[in-house]
Amino acid sequence: MDRTGTADAIWLMYRRDLLLAFRHWDQVAQPVVFFAMVTTLFPLALSPELGELRQLAGGVLWVAALLAALLGLEFLFRADHADGTLEQILLSGQPLALLAIAKGVAHWTICGLPLVLVSPLLAIGLGVPMEALCTVMLSLALGTGILSALGAIGAALTLGLRRGSMLISLLVLPLAMPALIFGARAIDMAIYGDVARGPLLLLAAMLVLALTLAPVAVAAALRISAE
Amino acid sequence: MNWIWLHKFASPPHAYRLAGQLTPWFGWPAFLLIVTGLYGGLVLAPADYQQGDAFRILYVHAPSAWMSMFIYGTMAVAAAIGLIWRIKLAHGVAAASASVGAWFTLLALATGSIWGKPMWGTWWVWDARLTSELIQLFLYAGLIALRASIEDRDRADRAAAVLAIVGVVNLPIIHYSVYWWNTLHQGATITKLGKPSITGDMLWPLLVMMVGFTLYYGAVLMTRLRAEILRRERDASWLRTELAV
Repeated sequence: MDRTGTADAIWLMYRRDLLLAFRHWDQVAQPVVFFAMVTTLFPLALSPELGELRQLAGGVLWVAALLAALLGLEFLFRADHADGTLEQILLSGQPLALLAIAKGVAHWTICGLPLVLVSPLLAIGLGVPMEALCTVMLSLALGTGILSALGAIGAALTLGLRRGSMLISLLVLPLAMPALIFGARAIDMAIYGDVARGPLLLLAAMLVLALTLAPVAVAAALRISAE
Repeated sequence: MNWIWLHKFASPPHAYRLAGQLTPWFGWPAFLLIVTGLYGGLVLAPADYQQGDAFRILYVHAPSAWMSMFIYGTMAVAAAIGLIWRIKLAHGVAAASASVGAWFTLLALATGSIWGKPMWGTWWVWDARLTSELIQLFLYAGLIALRASIEDRDRADRAAAVLAIVGVVNLPIIHYSVYWWNTLHQGATITKLGKPSITGDMLWPLLVMMVGFTLYYGAVLMTRLRAEILRRERDASWLRTELAV
């Protein structure tokens, strides 16, 4: 019997998660709709003046994206845990941390990437100038990546618990605050015409760190939760 | 080298007795030091040239802030020991520490806020250190909530341990990012190497208070650890003979 190589296993895992997600495309759409709706709340609650909204745009976009990304986290491992796939993954003999990366990247593709893609539209709605849209997308792309990595830890720890979704937010949000700080700062700088390179590089560094360390924690958490 | 003696500490009966014996050894020095520190801070130390007597809340505020970090560190080390060597007692230490740490964090926030009112004119400012202290409180809250929501004790222990370690890796990142984000708080006083920017008269009560608070935590930890052992070992036979019931 030939063994599946690790690279193959990672690819299979990624492909499988994407396939499963697109069979339920309505679930994929939910975070995006939520993102759009939360962003719409701010002009209604604050002011329809584009000039005023522009000052808050960075923060609004980031908070809305953060909450939207949190929504999807609950489903990261839940189905696999419920139908026993997770046990098979644990028993497969493949390095769990690498498979966790695959699942995390798949989750980002399903949940984070759509947010990044619709963000320019919402940003224009908040009065963000065209020149800053690139920074908006880049900062959200890096940020949602960080959140997927950190969120995977929270999702793995709270697997199978009642009221797990509330708990995930409680666990993950404090850890995500540094990303929020630099992400929103980058958008702000871009809106005012500055070069947002500094905060973006810091975000990228955080993403690298999260991608390096989080999978180990996710693997440990999955082993604990799946016992 | 023979490490067998070390294993004795991991055995619940031994730890239960030792914690009981150690409690007064932490408690009384803590009491004496805190009384001395309070006297030194509130009476002997000169009033600040700028802040007057209001600065004296420092003697509760700074040690509380120190404890909020120290306890988190202790908890993370205990959690790591418990996770790596599967020592249940270490998880007990972590479980007993979390809420003490959360209370000290709250105390630091409350005293900071009370101090901020006369100095900055508001109860709360979104200043870097206050905010990172607040985030630390959230981290404690997450840990306590996670532990409380998992019914299986073994799983709760290990899940909380993973979270504590993740939190410890994140703490410096949170700290520095919040620091860059905004700074209004006065710079660090004691950690400045070489020349501390506080006179000796003001400094010694602060140091005494910090040691006193740390020992107080030791005493509380020992008591809470005993309670934790009782809860965890409630069906064990040694406990029945120990308590003679």
